Amino acid sequence: MVKKGEWVLIHRNVLEPSERAPQVPDDTKKVPLELWVKGFLQEDANIGDEVTVLTRTKRIERGTLLEVNPYYKHDFGKFVPELLQISEQVKEILFGGADNE
Amino acid sequence: MSYEGVMARRAEIMKKAAGLDFSVFESGSIAFDYERMMKEAGFTIEEIQKIQSEHGVGNTPVLELRNLTALARKLAPKGKGARIFIKDEAANASGSFKARRAATAVYQAKKLGYKGVVTATSGNYGAAVASQAAMHGLKCIVVQECYDSRGVGQPEIIEKARKCEALGAEVVQLSVGPELFYTFLTILEETGYFNASLYTPFAIAGVETLGYEIAMQFREKYGRDPDAVVVTNAGGGNLTGTARGLRKAGAQTKIIAASVDLTGLHMASDTQFNKKSFTTGHTGFGMPFSTWPDRSDVPRSAARPLRYLERYLTVHQGEVFYITEALATLEGLEKGPAGNTALTAAFALAQEMDEDQMIVVQETEYTGAGKHVQPQLSFARENGIEIKFGDPKDEIPGKNIILPSHPSLIKVNDADVVRMRKSLIKNALANYNVEPTEEDIKFLAEETNSTVEFVKETIASLK
Repeated sequence: MVKKGEWVLIHRNVLEPSERAPQVPDDTKKVPLELWVKGFLQEDANIGDEVTVLTRTKRIERGTLLEVNPYYKHDFGKFVPELLQISEQVKEILFGGADNE
Repeated sequence: MSYEGVMARRAEIMKKAAGLDFSVFESGSIAFDYERMMKEAGFTIEEIQKIQSEHGVGNTPVLELRNLTALARKLAPKGKGARIFIKDEAANASGSFKARRAATAVYQAKKLGYKGVVTATSGNYGAAVASQAAMHGLKCIVVQECYDSRGVGQPEIIEKARKCEALGAEVVQLSVGPELFYTFLTILEETGYFNASLYTPFAIAGVETLGYEIAMQFREKYGRDPDAVVVTNAGGGNLTGTARGLRKAGAQTKIIAASVDLTGLHMASDTQFNKKSFTTGHTGFGMPFSTWPDRSDVPRSAARPLRYLERYLTVHQGEVFYITEALATLEGLEKGPAGNTALTAAFALAQEMDEDQMIVVQETEYTGAGKHVQPQLSFARENGIEIKFGDPKDEIPGKNIILPSHPSLIKVNDADVVRMRKSLIKNALANYNVEPTEEDIKFLAEETNSTVEFVKETIASLK
C-alpha cells in the first residue's frame, strides 16, 4: 500500500496508436504516445492502480501508479576503452617522443 | 481534448501564451517585418546585459585552447592552423548558453504577469528556464521527449530532466513523436502559463549578448575581432542571436554553422530514437529549421540562421566524441559532447586558416552522468551501435560510430548553402501558396542572405 501524500511516478497513454498524428512514421504509429509525470499521491493506492497526483505546479494528473520515491538511474555507463586510447594518442602526438621522456 | 481539436485551437492558445501579437508584423503574404519584430518585441543589448547580469548569466570567459591549436598545427600545412578559442558558456547559471535565452524569456513572462512558464524541450533550455523561473519565483513545467516505446530513455535527456527537477521544475516526459506539441498546448491551455519558447524575439535577443561579448572580449584582449565564429546549429537561435550580437558590435566576423551529421535517421521514429548519440546540434533539426524556420512553436520564429551564416559544416558523431575526449585530456576541460560539435568543426577549419587568424567556438555545456562522452558511447554500444576506430567518413548514423583512428582524419563537410537557400524559397512558396509580391522577393533575398536576382531566378526555376 502506498500512502496518500507520497511522492510517486505515474504513467498514462496520451494518444492511442489509432489517434496518432498523420505525419508520424509507421513504426511510431504502431505505438501509443505515452506520458510520465511525478507528483504527490492523492489517495492510498497500490502499484498498478489508476490514481491522481498533485504535481509540483499544483496540477492534477491521472495515470497508473508506477513507482514510489522514484529515483534517477542514469550513470556514466560501462567503461569505454576507446576513450583511453584517444587520450593516449593525442598526448603522444603532442607531447610524445624522446624529448619528453 | 482530441488531437485535432487542440491543434485547431493552436493559434489561439499560442497567442494567449506568447504575450505577443505576431500579426502586427505580418504583410499578409510571405514577407513579415523581421527587424521590427526584433526591435519592438526584443530588448536592447543594454537591457539584456542588465537582466542577465542580475540573474547569473553572461560575461563568460573566453579560453584559448593552446594545446588543441598545437595539435591542429601538427596536422596542418606549414603556416596554417588558426588559434582556437572557446567561450565557456557552461559557466552560466544552469550550465549552458541557453540561460541567455531563458533569462529574457522568463523576465518577459514575469513582467507580463504570468504565474508560470512552460517550455517544450529535451535540451539544455529546460534547465535554463527552470533556473531562471526559480530566480523569479515563477512556476515551471518542462515537456520533454525522452523515451522510446520500450521505456528506454536517452541518458542525456534523463540527466536534463534531473537538472530541471533539481531546480524546482515539473517535468512531463513523453515517448517519441511530434505530438509532444499537442501535450504542450494542452498544458498551456490548462495552466494559462507563458510559452517560454526558444524562438520568440525575447529568447533570441537574449543570445545577442553572446556575440556582443565575443567582439568586446577580443577587442580588449587581442585588439581586434576574431576572424570566424563557429556555432553549433539546431533550431538556429544560437547562430542567429550570436550573429546579430556580433553585427551590433560592428564586427564582420564570419559566421559558420556546424551540425552533427545524422542523415538517414528519422527524428520522429520510435525505433531510431535511441540509435542516435546526439539529441541536439544535429542535421535532423539543423537542416529543416534552416530551410524553413517557421516550423517552430511560434507563428514567426526569431531564429533565422540562413540570414547570417556563410558556411554550414557537418561533422560525424565519432569525430565529436574524439574531440570531446581531446578537450578533456589536452585542455583540462570536461564538457558535454553536444556543445563540442562546433569545436570539432573548428579543429578541422583551423587547419585551413592562417596561423595568425583567430577562430572562436562560442559555447560549451555542462557535463555529468548521462550527458558525457562515456555514458553516451556506452549507451550506443548497448543499443547495438558498433563503435570502432577508422575513417569517420564511413560512419553510418544509426549503425556505427567511427572514432577517427588519427586526428588528421577529422574533416568538415560543407553543406550546399546555395541549395539550402533555394530550399527556403521553395518552402516559402509552398507554405503560402501565393504569387510572390515585390516585397516578398526582397524579404526572401534577406532571408537567404542573397540577392533579388537570385530569388527571382530560383522562383523561375521552380515554375
